[in-house]
Amino acid sequence: MNYFLTEEQQMIRDLARQIAEEKVVPQRAELDEKEEFPWEVMKTLAQSDMFGIFIPEEFGGLGMGSFELCLAVEELSRACLGVSTSYAANALGTYPILLFGTEEQKERFLPDIAAGRRLVAFALTEANAGSDAAGVQTTAVKDGDHYVLNGTKQWITNGGEAEIYTVIAITDRTRGARGASAFIVEKGAPGFSFGKKEKKMGIRASVTRELIFEDCRIPKENMLGREGMGFIVAMKTLDQSRVGVGAQGVGVAQGALDEAVKFARQRVQFGKPIISFQAVQHMLADMATQVEAARALVYAVARYVDSGAKEITKASAMAKVFATDMAMKVTTDAVQVMGGSGYMREYPVEKMMRDAKILQIYEGTNQIQRNVIGQALVREAARKA
Amino acid sequence: MKIIVCIKQVPDTAEVRINPETNTLVRDGVPSIINPYDLHALEAGLRLKEQVGGTVTALTMGPPQAEEALREAISMGADDAVLLTDRAFAGADTLATAYALSRAARKVGFDLILCGKQAIDGDTAQVGPEMAELLGIPHIAYVKGLVGFSVEGVRVQRLMEDGYDIVESPLPVLLTVVKELNEPRLPSLKGKMRARKAEIRRLTREDIGAEEERVGLKGSPTQVRRIFAPETRKERKMLTGTAEEQVTRLVEELKSLKCI
Ligand SMILES: Cc1cc2nc3c(=O)[nH]c(=O)nc-3n(C[C@H](O)[C@H](O)[C@H](O)COP(=O)(O)OP(=O)(O)OC[C@H]3O[C@@H](n4cnc5c(N)ncnc54)[C@H](O)[C@@H]3O)c2cc1C
Ligand SMILES: Cc1cc2nc3c(=O)[nH]c(=O)nc-3n(C[C@H](O)[C@H](O)[C@H](O)COP(=O)(O)OP(=O)(O)OC[C@H]3O[C@@H](n4cnc5c(N)ncnc54)[C@H](O)[C@@H]3O)c2cc1C
Repeated sequence: MNYFLTEEQQMIRDLARQIAEEKVVPQRAELDEKEEFPWEVMKTLAQSDMFGIFIPEEFGGLGMGSFELCLAVEELSRACLGVSTSYAANALGTYPILLFGTEEQKERFLPDIAAGRRLVAFALTEANAGSDAAGVQTTAVKDGDHYVLNGTKQWITNGGEAEIYTVIAITDRTRGARGASAFIVEKGAPGFSFGKKEKKMGIRASVTRELIFEDCRIPKENMLGREGMGFIVAMKTLDQSRVGVGAQGVGVAQGALDEAVKFARQRVQFGKPIISFQAVQHMLADMATQVEAARALVYAVARYVDSGAKEITKASAMAKVFATDMAMKVTTDAVQVMGGSGYMREYPVEKMMRDAKILQIYEGTNQIQRNVIGQALVREAARKA
Repeated sequence: MKIIVCIKQVPDTAEVRINPETNTLVRDGVPSIINPYDLHALEAGLRLKEQVGGTVTALTMGPPQAEEALREAISMGADDAVLLTDRAFAGADTLATAYALSRAARKVGFDLILCGKQAIDGDTAQVGPEMAELLGIPHIAYVKGLVGFSVEGVRVQRLMEDGYDIVESPLPVLLTVVKELNEPRLPSLKGKMRARKAEIRRLTREDIGAEEERVGLKGSPTQVRRIFAPETRKERKMLTGTAEEQVTRLVEELKSLKCI
């Protein structure tokens, strides 16, 4: 399919593909096996300006948008979802600064982020606040020119490796949904430490870790937006980034499909390559069709997001839910097409299947995405009535 | 610090075909790449620039389409690029190539010239050292490590069959590099965008003040009679004993083979 990419967009896709093939594919199995953070790949991505894609030129980036970021994410995901999660979570953590930061905050943080000198993480989730973000218990209490943070965030991607954290904490419990605020916390801040590192089913090259705040004092200039805007910052951030999770789905599914086709041409049973059996061909045909449909949706939504549209919640939820459900199905089918070989670690598809599962869970489970889409439908219908 | 990196555009395959009539390489239809060794030379140049400041100029002699290789060098971080191109250069052997490149290097100006060890198509490993001779500067071939570098000179590790030598030289100097030296970086997005718009400086024979009879076919004393893969001879003998005994045995062997 031709998606009429500009020359610059093709450049991004091609370079991301080159990095994926030359630097990621050769070591993805080892990164997975050892649960090792892919610093070497991150350095290559930094040197290639990949961290600057969506950051304005005035702050050292390339001044492009979600769509271009999706192209890079898709290519990396085709090779390894663990690597692409580490890369994409950096963007997730950066959006609060990009969308709500003051000029001063942007100048302070974005150039380092664009150059890949400092990695970023986004911290919303806690033990009692998963799908229900309102359950956040971490507090931030104002004390003169500082805020004092207390609480524990869990399952934070890039935790421990990142240097910059955007953190949602409660500033006024009595105000409910308007009682949270967003903060930038830098690694090394007094009272900020890291806890348990999770052992995961998939995306094992990415790190998922606890953040612990014990009387962690941060200057009040590190607040993003105004006091009380925490959940708005979080929701707008997720609206922006969700389409990227869709791009991850497209990438990993494409990777699995490619492997399945290659294998089916080579594997001979009953005297023929298994790809000559129509039942196998039909599976591959469905997989390919689903990948392309998801890609078309993800690209369309990413371009819609970049158009500056105000109401992007429903569209980005659709891209996320469709592309990631697709990814789970296609990676599972790739294992099926490859039979026992697909189940073995010698081939990359069992990892892809393990990895794909996370896409239906993080940045809002697919049930929550459907809630979001459903609520939008209700609102739209009510508006018409 | 002015650094020139000589890069050669070569066919992207070890299996270059040879035109049996002309005994020259058939380049049509084969995708081109930068000679892999030259990427290591470029990486070395870029790292030196990052350490001590200065500029990196990529230089190539070739047909107009060699501009692609130069743009790739810019996308990796070269500051500018010079394409030495002229019909008069056609059919150059290594001497004529080295002569033209040395004239161009003079024109551009340099403190350091970096070349690959050899080109994967021509394979002679002659161009670098020949350039240095023509420029009247020292050269160190087969550099596998840069130990020291300053405005005064370089200190490098030169790859040998059984280890390496440490060699020092004042500047200006020409180095030819091997793959062990470093790992070339990938291009960057900003580099690629700059490369797309970059103005590639073109120089002709006249621009570099090269004598007509010293370039191209005219300036090439080499006559290619036949190009073929040499037979590999597996047979070999190891001489043992003291150095004296070995030399005596060697002389006998060579005499019996009528080599001396
Ligand atoms: C590997 C990994 C990395 C992560 N990285 C980050 C990160 O970087 N930053 C961050 O802040 N968070 C991160 N998270 C947290 C992630 O976003 C949450 O796991 C996710 O939002 C779901 O929350 P939960 O796991 O607590 O599930 P729960 O909310 O406990 O949900 C359990 C199940 O109930 C369903 N459910 C819950 N409520 C409803 C409802 N109202 N309607 C229908 N179904 C419902 C869910 O869909 C799910 O199936 C990460 C998680 C993982 C596993
Ligand atoms: C008689 C004869 C006729 C030839 N005729 C032709 C011809 O008609 N057309 C043709 O394409 N080739 C021709 N060649 C091949 C051409 O001369 C060589 O490819 C060229 O001289 C480089 O030699 P090499 O490839 O052995 O490079 P090497 O000496 O192995 O290269 C060492 C290093 O020198 C530098 N270098 C080499 N060549 C260049 C260059 N052109 N620009 C910048 N840096 C360079 C690079 O850094 C390289 O890594 C001919 C060769 C001979 C002997």
